[in-house]
Amino acid sequence: MDKNKRKAYIINTISVVSLYLVFFILIQTKVMNKYFIGIAILTCIMIIMAMSLNIVAGFLGEMALGHAGFMAIGAYSSAYFSIALMDTGIALPNIVVLILAMIVGGIVTGLVGFLIGTPTLRLRGDYLGIVTIGFSEIIRIFFINFAPTGGAAGLKGITKLVTFNNVYWITIVIIILIFTFGRSKQGRAIISIREDEIASEAAGIPTTKYKVLAFTVSSFFAGMGGALYAHYQAFVEPSKFTFMFSIEMFVIVVLGGLGSLTGSIIAAIILTVLPEMLRGFAEYRLLVYSLALVVMMIFRPQGMLGRSEFSLTKFIDSLMLRKDMKNSIGGGEAQ
Amino acid sequence: MKKRVVSVLLAVIFTASIFAFAGCSSSKSSGDTIKVGFLGPLSGDVAIYGKSAQSGADLAVKEINDAGGINGKKIELVAYDSKGDQTEAINAYNRLRDQDEVVAVIGGVLSGETLAMKDIMVQDNMPVLTPTATAVDVTTDAPNVFRACFLDDYQGVAAANFATANLTAKTAAIMICKGNPYSEGVGAAFSTQFAANGGTVVDQESYSASDKDFSAQLTKIKELNPEVVFVPDYVQIVGPILQKAKELGITAKFVGADGWDGVQTEYADAAQGNYFTNHYAADSPSEKVQSFIKAYKAANDNKDPNSFSALGYDAVYTMSDAIKTAGSTESDAVVKALNNTNYAGVTGNLKFDAEGNPKDKEVTIIKIDGGQLKFETTIVNK
Repeated sequence: MDKNKRKAYIINTISVVSLYLVFFILIQTKVMNKYFIGIAILTCIMIIMAMSLNIVAGFLGEMALGHAGFMAIGAYSSAYFSIALMDTGIALPNIVVLILAMIVGGIVTGLVGFLIGTPTLRLRGDYLGIVTIGFSEIIRIFFINFAPTGGAAGLKGITKLVTFNNVYWITIVIIILIFTFGRSKQGRAIISIREDEIASEAAGIPTTKYKVLAFTVSSFFAGMGGALYAHYQAFVEPSKFTFMFSIEMFVIVVLGGLGSLTGSIIAAIILTVLPEMLRGFAEYRLLVYSLALVVMMIFRPQGMLGRSEFSLTKFIDSLMLRKDMKNSIGGGEAQ
Repeated sequence: MKKRVVSVLLAVIFTASIFAFAGCSSSKSSGDTIKVGFLGPLSGDVAIYGKSAQSGADLAVKEINDAGGINGKKIELVAYDSKGDQTEAINAYNRLRDQDEVVAVIGGVLSGETLAMKDIMVQDNMPVLTPTATAVDVTTDAPNVFRACFLDDYQGVAAANFATANLTAKTAAIMICKGNPYSEGVGAAFSTQFAANGGTVVDQESYSASDKDFSAQLTKIKELNPEVVFVPDYVQIVGPILQKAKELGITAKFVGADGWDGVQTEYADAAQGNYFTNHYAADSPSEKVQSFIKAYKAANDNKDPNSFSALGYDAVYTMSDAIKTAGSTESDAVVKALNNTNYAGVTGNLKFDAEGNPKDKEVTIIKIDGGQLKFETTIVNK
């Protein structure tokens, strides 16, 4: 392993663990009450949703406006599975049940994503956007009318398995998985399709295959996010997974920067925490929230981070470098 | 460079706002006020329900405070928007409990949001009184959750009792909307009770929520010629059904449930002379109702209150009575007091059964006459 990589791993591990410790101490000392813990859990779920959407919207550069539908499939299938598993009477630790439910949710959603993606990815841009809206509405209406999962009244009796401790680490693992996927051979192939589909096809990349792959992986992780959501709320209702919810996730991705995973993380944190903190302002909060989006898009249309990633290692390096330069040249500003 | 400055500034404002707002809104329950939370959809598609309930609740709070408050302490109603969304509702509820430290909650307004919050509410043993959530599950296995409105089944039974006792009907037909739990539930309750009262249900027709034409069902009903046709559904479907029935010349009396509220404005002609069950009647002779309507109109630009406002109003009064009787704001004491509630409200006399549902509550029967809703009678199911 080369030296830089090792350094990056060490720095990132330290920061992840120390962030966890900060939260742990805040929760133990009751500075963070259940209200803040609830928001933190929701933020983690939204990070997973935004990052998974970024695979299609950012890496592949396609307009996918049906993410809520995939989340619904993950939520319902995993909840149905965990209820059935609990009913069998097999005593498993909560975390095992949660992970199994997430895998079930992920695989079912991934399969549906594959089935939907194969015919629809022949379309591009706006057309694909409309098709994905249609599919997510079909999924929602399906669950409204599907009696085994409670229909319009919603699915009740799910055990609440998600705590801040497990959702934090699950989010970290998913972040790592999506990052490595983005840098893998497949991930680079997907990015090349975004840059120029004809050129990448000429270079020998089977574009259809990689498009479907991106769509399937994206829906797989969306299903996992849905599974976490179901086991946090302990109640799922189809009315949650509307078109507006898909848009909300799309907004997070665009605001963070299409193609920037760290951007998605930062935007997910801001856009989940901000409306909650504005709650004291009643009706005005929606106004402030929307205004923030408008201002953001005017001054920074490419999103917060554009296509670049925020790297803690590089950040620390640049700080060091600046210091070194100052020392050697004598207070000269870098750049 | 300029852009970079702007974006950095934006980032700073974002982060600063998060901490600033977190700080300023967390005023704790102080010594001389009692904080009560209110949760409901105040924005979005279904905002009308939340807003109506909130305006009723606000009025009750104002009246109670003007009359000296609860044991000398003023009530402060902390209202948060649930947007009709479960996640928002749970967040808002968590905030009410942890940031505002409310002693009791009035809400949620919709069944879905209340069901989503129920588990946490039970864990916290928070005294909860929902004005309008009708789903049966809302109060099951939840000793601290109560509701002010009667259940769907209950008004179906009341409608059946009204049909047998007041309309002296022996035969009835039922039309229900397939896939709508409200319509199916009320219809089934009517059917069972009407049979138990010695009547015969000659026909049960169904349709789906998207149907526009009801002639097939109504032609069949015309042939069977029952004395009463029971149609528990919302105005936008009931209206066309009544119109078609009039065209076909059906003479049976149509009876409906609280979803009919509003039918008098657009379908006055077709609905003439028919009846429906409701939570209260605006022209009820009860003095309580009249003074509520007068106060409500004065406080809300002369707007008429609806059932949601009346139930929100009653919910706050019931809760404040419970806190007064309990003599403290401790959850256990308030829940115990709620169990022993006996409150004469705008929407009838409110007592709770073991589940936390209203017991022997009056159901108001309304007659549609000349485009107006006329108070007919009240029914108490025995």
